[in-house]
Amino acid sequence: MVPIPSSQKKHKLLIADDSEMNRAILADMLGEEFDILEAENGLQAVELIQANGSELSLVLLDIIMPELDGFGVLSAMSAQRWIEDIPVIMISSESGAAQIQRAYELGATDFITRPFDALIVHKRVVNTILLYANQKKLVSLVAAQVYEAEQQSNLMIDILSHVVEFRNGESGLHVRNVHSITELLLNRLAQKSPAYRLSRSDIATISTASALHDIGKIAIPSEILNKPGRLTPEEFEVMKTHTTIGADMLRDLPIYQDKPLVKISYQICRWHHERYDGSGYPDGLKGEDIPISAQVVALADVYDALTSKRVYKPPFTHPQALRMILEGECGAFNPLLLECLTDQAAAIRQELERTDLRAFPQRALDLTGEVLQHEDVSVSQRTLQLLEHERIKHDFFAALTEEIQFEFTLSPPAVTFSPFGAQKLGFPEVIRDPLHDPRVLALADPKDFQGLSDAIRGTSPGHPVATYDCPILLGGEPRWHRILARATWSPDEPPRYMGAIGKIMDIHADRMELADLQRRASRDPLTGLLNHASARKQISVRLEERPQGKFALIIFDLDHFKQANDNQGHLFGDQLLCHIAEKLRRAVRGGDIIARVGGDEFLIFLEYKAEPQAAIQRIFRSLSGEYQGFPISLSMGVAQTDRVGADYDPLFRAADSALYTVKRGGRGQFRFYDESIRDTLSSISPIGSEKADPPKEEN
Amino acid sequence: MTLQECYAALGGDYQEVLGRLRSESLVQKFLLKFPDDPSYSLLETSLAAENWPEAFRGAHTIKGVCQNLSFTALYRSSSQLCDALRDGFHPQALPLAHQVEQDYRQTMAAIQAFRSSLPA
Repeated sequence: MVPIPSSQKKHKLLIADDSEMNRAILADMLGEEFDILEAENGLQAVELIQANGSELSLVLLDIIMPELDGFGVLSAMSAQRWIEDIPVIMISSESGAAQIQRAYELGATDFITRPFDALIVHKRVVNTILLYANQKKLVSLVAAQVYEAEQQSNLMIDILSHVVEFRNGESGLHVRNVHSITELLLNRLAQKSPAYRLSRSDIATISTASALHDIGKIAIPSEILNKPGRLTPEEFEVMKTHTTIGADMLRDLPIYQDKPLVKISYQICRWHHERYDGSGYPDGLKGEDIPISAQVVALADVYDALTSKRVYKPPFTHPQALRMILEGECGAFNPLLLECLTDQAAAIRQELERTDLRAFPQRALDLTGEVLQHEDVSVSQRTLQLLEHERIKHDFFAALTEEIQFEFTLSPPAVTFSPFGAQKLGFPEVIRDPLHDPRVLALADPKDFQGLSDAIRGTSPGHPVATYDCPILLGGEPRWHRILARATWSPDEPPRYMGAIGKIMDIHADRMELADLQRRASRDPLTGLLNHASARKQISVRLEERPQGKFALIIFDLDHFKQANDNQGHLFGDQLLCHIAEKLRRAVRGGDIIARVGGDEFLIFLEYKAEPQAAIQRIFRSLSGEYQGFPISLSMGVAQTDRVGADYDPLFRAADSALYTVKRGGRGQFRFYDESIRDTLSSISPIGSEKADPPKEEN
Repeated sequence: MTLQECYAALGGDYQEVLGRLRSESLVQKFLLKFPDDPSYSLLETSLAAENWPEAFRGAHTIKGVCQNLSFTALYRSSSQLCDALRDGFHPQALPLAHQVEQDYRQTMAAIQAFRSSLPA
């Protein structure tokens, strides 16, 4: 038995059962080790779970209750996602196999059956709490670390770049603006050319790293850095060294050399003054020898410098800056990047003015005044402006998302794709008669076209949105996509179907992750063995397929596991469990089913020919031994289908009873379930104490 | 009357309950609480009002309590009644309810006898 460490505060537990008597029996069995709340119906249970939240360590839940039954409580718990943090043990009567199955599917962790056995109830509760406590601890630890690391690195970059700007006498906006421009340029570049292989995360890394482009200036004397007039040739030479100094600072970092952020920052620091024609510094790199990260930041840096006020110059307007750059007055750039700059001019201006507004509320007031002076704008002009605004907004957001957007009209039959969508598909933006176009038809299976068409035509003017998931063949590889479409219906009566607008999203990664999660949900996260719910499912299938087969169900646990946990720590305990799981994998045959059913409790299900003794003897021996000085001793109970029958639950109970008989009789053995076990149970039970003691023996 | 004799009188399994609850005083405590359990009166009034879902719940609770206390006779009849009422009314329910009533009376009588034999 593994009691909860006494140093911690008591675990809070909810018993939901409509019979006061049954609640009292459970409460007495669990003893004073727990803080017990009681609910006499499902609604009360939900209220108590809501009020206590993850303070609750466990819920013991009856199925048949007034107001709301146990399944209703489970559904509420999963809808609110409480089930992820609070384990539920179902209470059921012996006849409830189908109900138990349903409870498992709704997220219950384990079950106990009536009549209650004090030892079993205690063990199930403690095991489940331990299992969840470790998991909860780990999850919160990892989440906290990731969050912390992310926060801190962003914060450090901000501080660092502002130190540089402060010395530089700049506004503090430069870093933010370069970041925004870099991001906008890269987004456009990724759409225009696949040659640079820019993923979302590359774009994020380069944009973040852009903040560090001038860190080398920290080493430039401030007389030069902040000199209002023109620099002398000697001073300019010193100024130029900020590129190599910044790069050296990054190269000399004792750690993190392999981090993409550091590598990219190095490129940006060193080469953000190179020019596409080879006339830049410090290395005179030319064309595509200059890393794309440095090319983009160089352009962003120049653009923001032009449109900002500096000690040596007033700000230029956005159109002026754009013209100066395009005409080559400010250095030579990659023509493709200049196209991106032109394409994004409106977005960049909007973004920079937005940050300006944030920094200088006075500008906002001025702008408002300007607008008010033009109140004689006519309605039609206003409508046009609104439409134009909507169009810009739409284009802008469409450019930001990697989605294929489309508009389909029935008459004339045509489909129009967004520029990104057309590029992604390798199609022209407009395709006539798409349902007879071989390029379109090659995208997906005919049954999916039919399914999509049915889904869209199945909508109504009141509920016009349809969703359809299917694989789409892109670049020779089928990937899962979700098509979200809104049907357009004519305004007359009855409404006619006219076409649809919508978007196609790549959900392949999510879909794969879901499949992976489903696989992992059937496994115990520590050992990778099956968990109890999925073992039960698999075994039940096996028993149903071959009701006449000879099977044995074996449950065992580790003797003195609590001592190992207490003396050598939970980490050791976990390692020990993994060690046992590994030995177990090697000890069984391919067709056998093995699982971890609770804290230190494992299950084996195997088929045998004549008699199971030899096989079980072999497994028992191969699992015994020692682990890092800790002697491994097992208590094992076995139940056979030819004695107990081919139903999972009675089989499990019988094996469990046999296990407890071993526990009570001195441990370190295995035994088979037989009729004498019931008598053994009663004959050695202690008599005469006021409460059912929380069992004192340890494993 | 000993606790063991009381169990014999109400048709229960004393060894079994002792094996599970693990203490004689705990068995006695819950046995003496049984007369206060409201499920039987819930069953009675629901049957009279022909409220079958509530009658099912009453029978189900009696069954659960008896199972935990190893009151075998009453467990058996309440369990059958419970099955008969699971999907609403069934003609079998009335004779089964009669059997539950008899077993309940017998159980209550045994508990009363045991209680009166306890030292005050």
